[in-house]
Amino acid sequence: MKFGVIIFPGSNCDHDTHNVVAEIAHQPVTYLWHDSDDLKGVDAVLVPGGFAYGDYLRTGAIARFSPVMQSVKKFADGGGLVLGICNGFQILTEAGLLPGALMRNAGLKYICKQVHLRVETTETAFTNTLKKGEVLKIPIGHAEGNYYCTTEELKRLEAEGRIAFRYSTPSGEITAEANPNGSLANIAGVLNEKKNVLGMMPHPDRSSEPLLGSADGWRIFESMIAALATK
Amino acid sequence: MKAHVTVTLKSSVLDPQGQTIHNALGKIGIEGVQAVRQGKYFLLNLSPALSQEAARAQVERIAREVLTNPVIEEFSYKLEE
Repeated sequence: MKFGVIIFPGSNCDHDTHNVVAEIAHQPVTYLWHDSDDLKGVDAVLVPGGFAYGDYLRTGAIARFSPVMQSVKKFADGGGLVLGICNGFQILTEAGLLPGALMRNAGLKYICKQVHLRVETTETAFTNTLKKGEVLKIPIGHAEGNYYCTTEELKRLEAEGRIAFRYSTPSGEITAEANPNGSLANIAGVLNEKKNVLGMMPHPDRSSEPLLGSADGWRIFESMIAALATK
Repeated sequence: MKAHVTVTLKSSVLDPQGQTIHNALGKIGIEGVQAVRQGKYFLLNLSPALSQEAARAQVERIAREVLTNPVIEEFSYKLEE
């Protein structure tokens, strides 16, 4: 199975993400250039972190108009797996592939630290090797990760099992103190309706080998590989 | 023709930047401000060939599709000859 990592001008986690697939997963992986609509026949698209197009106007706002994103939209509509990490998540919400928006952190600061995430659903291509209620240690690094959606949208997300991860304490409690950025209902990652698109602010690409302080992020890539193998 | 477009967070959305500015006003002794909301301003220089009606349609489209994220923001604008 072949993975594609998008490079926008301003992406800065493209190599980290590529490295996980090539060196840890040992799967074929290729870069996808923002200015081309050719997805090179990949089976999964990874939208990496960074500051696409300088995050001018709003985070992810300009990236959504790029040729590659027009192809990613079609790919996602056809059921293709798309994972957006950090800036990738912001781009996917701006592109309308995921509900809600990512706003400035409630405390206004850029936050870079390890956080804990409680797994809220395992019935997805991104979480199938995890256990419901399990807690992952994965770092965040962002100034705009404050998830927002309307009350009606939140109800829908909850009813349809589309919240993938919530910020929690190390023991899995959902508290205000465990919420680093003011996200609504401690949401750290959400899925689209068909659950083939996941966006998350924490970085599994920065936590896929023990040397980096946690290998919990690897579990998400591992799940994607398992899902693709049974397709 | 020019279009002056203002984008702000919807009133239902918390604006921590506006609140921080509001707090700072209090710190320098400015009273009588009940709340501050932060926004963005855009100046669009439009072709003089556009009719008022066409200009309105174009500015509204730009504001809706590019300048705002409709989940959290809203816009207003003024045209100037």
